[in-house]
Amino acid sequence: MKLADIIRDFSLHPFTSCPEDRDIRDVYVSDLLSDVMAHARENSLWITLQTHLNIIAVAAMKNMPAIVIVNGRKPDGETRQRAESEGVALLGTEATAYEVAGRLYTVLHRGG
Amino acid sequence: MADRKIAEGSFHIVGGDFSNAGEASTQLKKILQCHNISDDIVRRASIATFEAEMNVIIYTPAGMLIYEVDDEAIKVTVRDMGPGIEDIELAMQEGYSTAPEWVREMGWGAGMGLPNMKKNSDVFRIDSAPGEGTTVEMIIYTKER
Repeated sequence: MKLADIIRDFSLHPFTSCPEDRDIRDVYVSDLLSDVMAHARENSLWITLQTHLNIIAVAAMKNMPAIVIVNGRKPDGETRQRAESEGVALLGTEATAYEVAGRLYTVLHRGG
Repeated sequence: MADRKIAEGSFHIVGGDFSNAGEASTQLKKILQCHNISDDIVRRASIATFEAEMNVIIYTPAGMLIYEVDDEAIKVTVRDMGPGIEDIELAMQEGYSTAPEWVREMGWGAGMGLPNMKKNSDVFRIDSAPGEGTTVEMIIYTKER
């Protein structure tokens, strides 16, 4: 599914300028950064409640095109700036990780 | 005969500098990609290096990352001026961590750093003693052996 379609269908709030439209086929949910480094597959969308600068470095390292920050949390200016320069789409939602992951699973893995 | 050297260099890592966390490993990743090393090898080296870099940032005042790449392997040595590790066997256990609470809240300090380094290296050596800092040496082979 195209990232732009996910942003639209899930009413995600972009914290960075419009990203390159990438095809999202996999998702990883975790708030532990070492866990993401160890287990997330490359090119996944990452769902987390972490908002600090290091999430951008981890996403960039794993070639993850987008991070969805849940529970209405907001990244600071420095994190947004870094996301912009690394080309990582930083997105936000009021929904919980469970809600976002559940809906994405339905769409991506069951063709719903 | 000595292996052909492809690249070598070093990075200083400043303890507590979370803003630049991942900088050294990102630079190294780019260097490796320039030398046509396969994605999987680059990925493993990047993860191992990032974790080593984080340990210097979280636990020590400063450290140095030295890399040497030849046509057989990537060798990364990370030396720090930290407090050293009391019980290396315990530190190597997945889930064991001495990180402070605020570091854990950032999602670091889950006791996965050293195990991740070991898992992603073909050779992993750690040398540490209380009061003497820690040296980690990681070798990742770039060719089938």
